[in-house]
Amino acid sequence: MAYDYAPFPYVAPPGLTAPEARHKVVIVGAGPIGLAMAIDLAQQGVPSVVLDDNNVVSVGSRAICWAKRTLEIFDRLGVGERMLDKGVTWKVGRQFHGKDEVYSFDLLPEPGHKYPAFINLQQYYVEQYLVERAQALGDLIDLRFLNKVTDHRDHGDHVSLQIATPDGDYTLETDWYIACEGAGSPTRQRMGLPFEGQTFEEHFLIVDVEMEQSPFGDHDTPERWFWFAPPFHKGQSALLHKQPDNIYRIDLQLGPETDPKTEATEEKVIPRIRAIVGDTPFRLDWMSVYKFRCAKLDRFVHGRVLFVGDSAHVVSPFGARGGNGGIQDVDNLGWKLARVIHGRSPAALLETYNQERTHGSAENILNSSRATNFMTPKSAIESVFRDQVLALATDHPFARKLINSGRLSQPCTLRGMALQTAAPDAPIQPGDPLIDAPLLDAGRPAWLIAKAQGQFTLLRVGHDPIPDIPGFARIGIGHSGDYPCFEDPQGLAAERYGTDHLYLLRPDGHVCAAFRHTDAAAIATAYARATTGPRNDDP
Amino acid sequence: MMILDDKLGRHGDAFYAELMDLHEGLTPDQSHALNARLVLILANEIADPARLTALMQAARPTAATKG
Repeated sequence: MAYDYAPFPYVAPPGLTAPEARHKVVIVGAGPIGLAMAIDLAQQGVPSVVLDDNNVVSVGSRAICWAKRTLEIFDRLGVGERMLDKGVTWKVGRQFHGKDEVYSFDLLPEPGHKYPAFINLQQYYVEQYLVERAQALGDLIDLRFLNKVTDHRDHGDHVSLQIATPDGDYTLETDWYIACEGAGSPTRQRMGLPFEGQTFEEHFLIVDVEMEQSPFGDHDTPERWFWFAPPFHKGQSALLHKQPDNIYRIDLQLGPETDPKTEATEEKVIPRIRAIVGDTPFRLDWMSVYKFRCAKLDRFVHGRVLFVGDSAHVVSPFGARGGNGGIQDVDNLGWKLARVIHGRSPAALLETYNQERTHGSAENILNSSRATNFMTPKSAIESVFRDQVLALATDHPFARKLINSGRLSQPCTLRGMALQTAAPDAPIQPGDPLIDAPLLDAGRPAWLIAKAQGQFTLLRVGHDPIPDIPGFARIGIGHSGDYPCFEDPQGLAAERYGTDHLYLLRPDGHVCAAFRHTDAAAIATAYARATTGPRNDDP
Repeated sequence: MMILDDKLGRHGDAFYAELMDLHEGLTPDQSHALNARLVLILANEIADPARLTALMQAARPTAATKG
């Protein structure tokens, strides 16, 4: 059944009749990134106004692949379990050359994690769940639909905005302005910021079809299937994913010489789908023909204007690094901006959002560009190499590893960056995100990621207790104390974290320091480092 | 036939991208010549005659049947 796109109510904003007091944060864009940003800030006591020029969720499934790390962040934001329940869980990718399978990969071969490697969930559900979560946070999130920002100006100590509504125009002032408007970001364009990178000439057709009978055939476990030169789509590539509600995503490469307008029509699309599914009945749910590029801003922080998600960086979709990269931006910025607004950290801390996430997005762009280059050879010699990699892959494992249909989103590591304190022996290195493990909470099953995110936390697995150092939450695993302690029923927490390190976790669940010996002064130094801006001696 | 396991590890994608960059802007004849030079250079690095023979045989059937 097709998704019911119920419009969100428009309410005439107070600014139309009288000037509003200056806001702490205005978020422009109520897509997954803007909504997650507002929820993250609200959970840390920071109110925001969210402006969107539209009043429905994403039309079409668009971003569908949500990675494990994103789900762990959504868990912290209070929507992870709902998404997991609705989403289609998968972890295996299969790659075919012609009709033959040449290589498969398992993105999460080990058990003992709350969230799977990936779920597929249409962007409209993700937005709906985030809107409902934002509404549940009440007064802290002021959602304003059909509010279109037409201009903004950074005055140094605040930003002013011009906004158009169905009832006329008004003005707002805010301390911080967060652009979460997607790839076309009007804010970025108004500021004339260069957004450069690689444009790919290849056109791709995305189709969502609803059908009872699975196009995966007898294979009943949902997976990601990718074909080079499939029998049903000669000489091109194809990608197949399952989504909830019996909707299947089919992604077909169309080549550079394609007219997007004629391709995105039922008379052109239906025969292409018939070539794949034969006579099986189906319903076309959504289709789109697109080209893409990999590009980013040089800086994500411009005075009091902060860029998050696709406003700051875009990638090709092969690797699921767009939406997932954007949610990692939110995770990184939320606690930093909240600290700055609460007066607990200098504004210079935001510069580390710029450093850490330009680093993360460069990694995403590198991986997405390489995958797209492999899939769409741009010269005869590139085609030769690609075809011979595929030919060698039948017999040789080394060549299978070179096949690149997308290196799927992995959490970015922040090792060696300004906020981290080195700990060469720690099993989980400072800069890496925490790793989940099953726990017991007074006999009931619980998960490490659900206990240890959201604030600066000292975590230790093993017999040694954690000293009471003011300002930190404490999580003990495998011992007891006068703070939250859990059992490690399968020993996986001990295996993953070791038992001889005390970890200091950032609110975004990244390890920022680890200590062999409990030394309050060393912990205080690491905490100071993690909560201030880059120092002068940093590179 | 010798089965060739992966030795490039996490450097595989970077190597492949660099190889494509190496060919950027070359004519087909120039690319062909570049590949020949590269094979000779890599052969000299491998050096071991038995290994070279095995590697050449590993390349040949694929090229003959699927090239």
